[in-house]
Amino acid sequence: MNTTKAAPAKLVSPPKRVADYIESALPKIVLGPTLLVGLIFIYGFIAWTGWLSFTDSRLLPRYELVGFVQYITLFENERWWTSLKNLGVFGSLFILVCLGTGLLLAILLDQRIRAEGFLRAIYLYPMALSFIVTGTAWRWILNPGLGLQNFVRQLGFETFTFDWIVTPGMSIYAVVIAGAWQSSGFVMALFLAGLRGIDDSIIKAAQVDGAGPVRIYTSIIIPSLRPVFFSSIIILSHMAIKAFDLVMALTGGGPGFSSDLPAIFMYTFAFNRNQIGLGAASAMIMLMTVVAIIVPMIYSETRKAHRG
Amino acid sequence: MSSLSIRNVTKRFGALEVLKGIDLEIEDGEFIILVGPSGCGKSTLLNMIAGLDSISGGEIAIGGRIVNDLSPKDRDIAMVFQSYALYPNMSVRENISFGLKIRKVGKEKRDEVVNRVAKTLQIEPLLDRLPSQLSGGQRQRVAMGRALARDPALFLFDEPLSNLDAKLRVEMRAEIRLLHGRLGSTIVYVTHDQIEAMTLGDRIAVMKAGNVHQFGSPQQVYDDPADLFVASFIGSPSMNFVRAPVASSDGVIGIELFNGNEKLFFAAPKAAQKGLSEWIGQESCHGHPTGANHGRVIREPGSSESRAMPCQSRSSAADRSGHAYPDSPERYAGYLSHPSGNTRTRR
Amino acid sequence: MADGYHARTAGPQKFGRIAMYALLILFAMYYLLPLFVMVTTSLKTLDDIRTGNLIALPAQITIDAWVKAWSTACTGVECGGLKNNFMNSATFVLPAVAISTLIGAFNGYVLTMWRFRGSDILFTALLIGCFIPFQVILLPMAQTLGYLGIANSIAGLIFVHVVYGLAFTTLFFRNFYVSVPTELTKAARIDGAGFFTIFWRIILPLSPPIIVVCVIWQFTQIWNDFLFGVVFSSGERQPITVALNNLVNTSTGVKEYNVDMAAAIIAGLPTLFVYIVAGKYFLRGLTAGAVKG
Ligand SMILES: Nc1ncnc2c1ncn2[C@@H]1O[C@H](COP(=O)(O)OP(=O)(O)OP(=O)(O)O)[C@@H](O)[C@H]1O
Ligand SMILES: [Mg+2]
Repeated sequence: MNTTKAAPAKLVSPPKRVADYIESALPKIVLGPTLLVGLIFIYGFIAWTGWLSFTDSRLLPRYELVGFVQYITLFENERWWTSLKNLGVFGSLFILVCLGTGLLLAILLDQRIRAEGFLRAIYLYPMALSFIVTGTAWRWILNPGLGLQNFVRQLGFETFTFDWIVTPGMSIYAVVIAGAWQSSGFVMALFLAGLRGIDDSIIKAAQVDGAGPVRIYTSIIIPSLRPVFFSSIIILSHMAIKAFDLVMALTGGGPGFSSDLPAIFMYTFAFNRNQIGLGAASAMIMLMTVVAIIVPMIYSETRKAHRG
Repeated sequence: MSSLSIRNVTKRFGALEVLKGIDLEIEDGEFIILVGPSGCGKSTLLNMIAGLDSISGGEIAIGGRIVNDLSPKDRDIAMVFQSYALYPNMSVRENISFGLKIRKVGKEKRDEVVNRVAKTLQIEPLLDRLPSQLSGGQRQRVAMGRALARDPALFLFDEPLSNLDAKLRVEMRAEIRLLHGRLGSTIVYVTHDQIEAMTLGDRIAVMKAGNVHQFGSPQQVYDDPADLFVASFIGSPSMNFVRAPVASSDGVIGIELFNGNEKLFFAAPKAAQKGLSEWIGQESCHGHPTGANHGRVIREPGSSESRAMPCQSRSSAADRSGHAYPDSPERYAGYLSHPSGNTRTRR
Repeated sequence: MADGYHARTAGPQKFGRIAMYALLILFAMYYLLPLFVMVTTSLKTLDDIRTGNLIALPAQITIDAWVKAWSTACTGVECGGLKNNFMNSATFVLPAVAISTLIGAFNGYVLTMWRFRGSDILFTALLIGCFIPFQVILLPMAQTLGYLGIANSIAGLIFVHVVYGLAFTTLFFRNFYVSVPTELTKAARIDGAGFFTIFWRIILPLSPPIIVVCVIWQFTQIWNDFLFGVVFSSGERQPITVALNNLVNTSTGVKEYNVDMAAAIIAGLPTLFVYIVAGKYFLRGLTAGAVKG
């Protein structure tokens, strides 16, 4: 090198000031507590509930472990089995109906419809209402005495019967109707966004290849909505498992306990019947159900994403 | 006094070592260019000088003062980013004076500075616009203005012109050079643009994978690349390499090339003779600028002795060497032995 | 991109289009029916309800049911209508929304502009927390609120909603700030601005779009919440959703469907209003919340 290298100058090192230490720690100071509180109140509480589920707690929590007694009691309880069965029925129908209506509406709305924005707003507004309001409204509509059944009979169909809401074994289907009414618009919005995101050129290519409209939908457009199906199913199953308010407002779990869901079972036993241990055990089973459903789904989906 | 000393500086992101011991002594008023392939750590180094990234090891001193533990605001620096990073919610005026305001400079003084800077950069009519209402070139000027406002000891530029079109880039380049001449401040300037590197800098640091491979004047880096990497990296279009064994013929040392079955001997330049003697019988790499009218033997930087380089570490550029053969062996021999063939002139 | 499949191909036959519109309108009626029934029923007299039919317009419009639902209907032992509970909801929803949004904004800011080792892992852990069924935290939370001395209080409800809203608000702001260039923060640091100055002066002024989305989302979630309300509050402290449910289930004397419906509309009005005024942001919030899957 031609340039003469400067003789290393004597360097002075100014002391680090306290204010600088604080300043550099600020992000941790700000984020740390809230995240930690969040984590303690999630994971810590899960552990706490887990512990309670192995105790004999009734009105008040007790912390001596008694083993799996509560879980055994739980699975010997007929009402628990009913609520699990209902969750299966409600969950799968709710998801299917929402996906079906959502997809159908989205495809229809995607056909260059006049007043699309207006229709979309109509399909979506129930999402703004709480499940309690939804349940209250449908409870009135579905009540056989003065509601829909009565209306149709007044039209002249004297024998028309639509009394699911008061019929054991059928009331859970009434819940599906109200739930789907509330949530399907949302799924429609997700699908619509998905449809709008599809690359035009793929469709053009298919047309060039001679595919008809139906064919294009079934073999190109709908398959490419896969991620939307995925997130919709995750959200819907999540809603189904947590569904509590809707049933409370619509049927109150009745008639009897024929439309109970695990969430209601948990609430009833933990807070109304002073069976904290049993309530905790049912909550843990709910958690495990969520984990058992959602984790494999996310896992398989991310694995596919990696392969694809 | 705003020299910059970078001594054995390292940077780790977790297990990943991004800078592996950088040593640079930069004098007051020097214009230093950092070049290197993408991901080699240029921005990281700049961020560390600025105090935006912590220093994993070593020392950085500005004006003889170690700044390792100082926060950016206490380092007396200004930085211009590739994306300009103008505050979108503030007018040009506010953008330029924000740093002064934070430092509690009075309103009158601030206005004075803004006006001075605006005049220098000819952005007076833009002062009350928002960044979103400016063109790319105007944004670039404002970003410069923001840096100029505080009159810092050290300017840091991270690819400041790479978002401009070619014509604007030429103009801004000229302005930056003028500015440097007028202000005389120390500048560290990252670029991908060979012409910028060659024309702006007093010295160029060529980096690769967290190491500085060569630190010297543009001329040195161009003519006397320290190694194959620098040779292949600097110059546009980049140099070709010819792999050939070194041989001696009648006491003259040169390289042997084959044209079909015909063996051709090319004598090395006189200056290169001595250095090549120990390479006789071995394969070596020889630089050859594409399309240019001379070949050369790469030499050790700082020494007048030419040398050949081992080919193990040759870069992909060497694979293209086959295309570098000239049509006529006579002409090629001429280049190799021509005394001025060692020097690649700037075009 | 804005048009559907048929924008890309030749128009279909007329018959198809008519069928399509018919279907769409049918669905629109299905979605509107409950609202229509709610409104008309709430304006009817009880006699009208008994003698008329579900979708008939009121023979004579009366707002008695509304008055009763608002001020005298029984929600359990109290008979003061929904007005108290409406105020309850308002008093805890607004602070809870404000606090959780503010904290979410700070968290998002740190997670994008000031990342430190482990911050991403903490965030992911928090995010997974969105998926748990809240039943699993109810019992410990009831205990904890007791320890903290805020059981059955507005403060307790605010606390619960803030804690379990954080994951979402943080997610909203983080995803928004990810697209804000970090150079902005760097430039401001070099200009001498500190952590809070950068937040207030530079980042927050960029945030109105996401603040709107986040506030709407949180408002809807918290206003509509029933589970936390029914578990962590009682009597006159109850939020409106719980009071509505009690009102409907209070079986003293005749079932007053018109009062039920008026009450239901009152409970749904604030969120419905938000939806009508800011539907675009509402949808954006929903889909942003969906992205978490
Ligand atoms: N926060 C970080 N965490 C981990 N690795 C990082 C981080 N920031 C940078 N790196 C890595 O450090 C290396 C150097 O990055 P740097 O941005 O300094 O490159 P560069 O030379 O400026 O590249 P370019 O010319 O593309 O701007 C890259 O390999 C990059 O992936
Ligand atoms: Mg860079």
